[in-house]
Amino acid sequence: MGRYLIRRTLFMILVLFVVSLITFLIFVKLPAADPARRAVGRATTPENVEAARKAFGLDKPVYVQYARFAKGLIPWPGLFLNEDVYYSYSNFVPVKEELFSRLPVTIALAVGAAAVWMLIGIPIGIVSAVKRRSLMDRASMVFALFGVSAPVFWLAYLFLYVFWFKLGWAPSSGIPIGTSVTEAVVQGRFILPWLVLSLTFAAFYARMVRGNLIETMGEDYIRTARAKGLSERRVIYKHGLRAALTPVVTMFGLDLAGLLGGAFITETVFNLPGIGQYAVHAIFINDFPSVMGVTIFGAFFIALANLLVDVAYAFLDPRVRYV
Amino acid sequence: MAEPLIEVNDLRVHFPTDDGLVKAVDGISFSLAAGETLGVVGESGSGKSVSFLTVMGLITRPQANIEGEIIFKGQDLLTMSQDELRSVRGEMVSMIFQDPMTSLHPFYKVGDQISEAIRVHQRVSKQEAREQAVEMLRRVGIPRPDERADQYPHEFSGGMRQRAMIAMALSLNPDLLIADEPTTALDVTVQAQILDLIDRLKEEFNAAVVIITHDLGVVAEHCDHIQVMYAGRIVESGDRNDIYYKAHHPYTWGLLRSIPRIDDTDDKERLSPIKGLPPSLIFVPPGCPFHPRCPYRFNKCDQEVPPLLPADGHHASACHLSLADKERIFKEEVIVRS
Repeated sequence: MGRYLIRRTLFMILVLFVVSLITFLIFVKLPAADPARRAVGRATTPENVEAARKAFGLDKPVYVQYARFAKGLIPWPGLFLNEDVYYSYSNFVPVKEELFSRLPVTIALAVGAAAVWMLIGIPIGIVSAVKRRSLMDRASMVFALFGVSAPVFWLAYLFLYVFWFKLGWAPSSGIPIGTSVTEAVVQGRFILPWLVLSLTFAAFYARMVRGNLIETMGEDYIRTARAKGLSERRVIYKHGLRAALTPVVTMFGLDLAGLLGGAFITETVFNLPGIGQYAVHAIFINDFPSVMGVTIFGAFFIALANLLVDVAYAFLDPRVRYV
Repeated sequence: MAEPLIEVNDLRVHFPTDDGLVKAVDGISFSLAAGETLGVVGESGSGKSVSFLTVMGLITRPQANIEGEIIFKGQDLLTMSQDELRSVRGEMVSMIFQDPMTSLHPFYKVGDQISEAIRVHQRVSKQEAREQAVEMLRRVGIPRPDERADQYPHEFSGGMRQRAMIAMALSLNPDLLIADEPTTALDVTVQAQILDLIDRLKEEFNAAVVIITHDLGVVAEHCDHIQVMYAGRIVESGDRNDIYYKAHHPYTWGLLRSIPRIDDTDDKERLSPIKGLPPSLIFVPPGCPFHPRCPYRFNKCDQEVPPLLPADGHHASACHLSLADKERIFKEEVIVRS
């Protein structure tokens, strides 16, 4: 296991390196306005532009530029997202500061939504599988089809219109300045975003759990469990679910990690100052240090989740051993 | 025969499907006493597994139309509630299955799976159940049972898994053990060991045993009675000697001819399979269901269903041929070949 972890960690570093390199190459190749020119604003004298270019390090050869960005990705105090390089081209705020102030919002959104979709999706999947072809099953699958098909941006506006504008049950979107994330959660400002974000996942998970459980219940070892004289409850909840839910762990880890890298649409529509919103904004204005920071953040979460899921599998499935 | 432990009367199991009614089991009757071994032989789809899954209560009413009686120790299993049935299942009747590779839960330790069965039926502590499970593993010939109980099924070989399944099935000392193709998925050398084990444990536990198989060779040494099934019906039943030395049904003859022989020195002599395929269980051929594949059929065969008629006290067959013809054909055409 130890050697496996070392190997996987090294591989993860390689992946992050490749991601950063590709991100950088896209930036270099992108035909966007010169960041130095944009930074000086109205005072576009050649000297000013040259000074800005020098300050951004854009006067150096391309490989040196990449090396400066890459150095800032080394997780070491003083190097990690250092302000010499990771400094927004547009609003002159250090990327680190921006990322870490936005991270709690994204974590609150992602973790809350994950809890909601697991609480909705898994029970619906189980009931559908157990009461297969019943009215409940059909209704659940219609829900699942709706959830999978409905676009998040449309659902978000629909929910806002109905539950905030018309009914007034939920607070409006966004987090007022001066309100902490904890306060915003307590005030229920995350309820609509959680619901909207979780609906797609809940629908997907319901279908997945239903499919897995139906398949598992046809296995020979389920017949053995019944032949032992176990109650149907025990057969389903102990023998069936144990095998049916294991693959769900994989999906859950990856989905949650994907959201921690930013729930772009939900954050944008609900005006939540999270990482996703930051990423969208940074990409629009070609603010490369921010884009690089956000991209590596997201890639790191996904790579880490992959590793954690694989390690978790060794504990969940006795047939899996890592050497 | 002694007081029967289980008596099945005119059991019918029909599955409604989109294509029509599948008559998987179509009126079978038999009985079995404690300490006896019954071999049930037939091709895939002959209804042999379905009949005994129904006895176990693993095929139930909403899934299938079930008629007839299954009298076990004086009670009709088909009229029992699910809860009553559950207390019978595992404790009084237990079953082992064809594929030991998939019949144990891959995520639970073997010992835990056995002690779970014990704890469902008996009020014993976890510790006691575990000790019983280890003892059962020892009795089915698993070395170092104490360590083995803490291993997972994938750490067992196929033969060991089947032993573990048998340990689980016998852990509650059932009156009836149903073994559904217990050796089909195993190596030939392991097959004999498993059958010997079932034989020995039958004596130790004084249980009745049913061995379901498609291979007449497998049951030869181990069964007191044999019944041959075809298209959901019993076409021949009798003692071991009746079936091997005096078989009366053309289908049984076909099965006997298809047993490979080790002393067959004639290289040209190939195995002779039964021609054709088992019939559809939705559109069962009229008359004798075997008649389309039967080389001895005559005009009556596709008109009337032959009843299962006893030739003597224990030997019965369902075929329109006269007894004299059956004996003659068996002597002249079957015995020389097998």
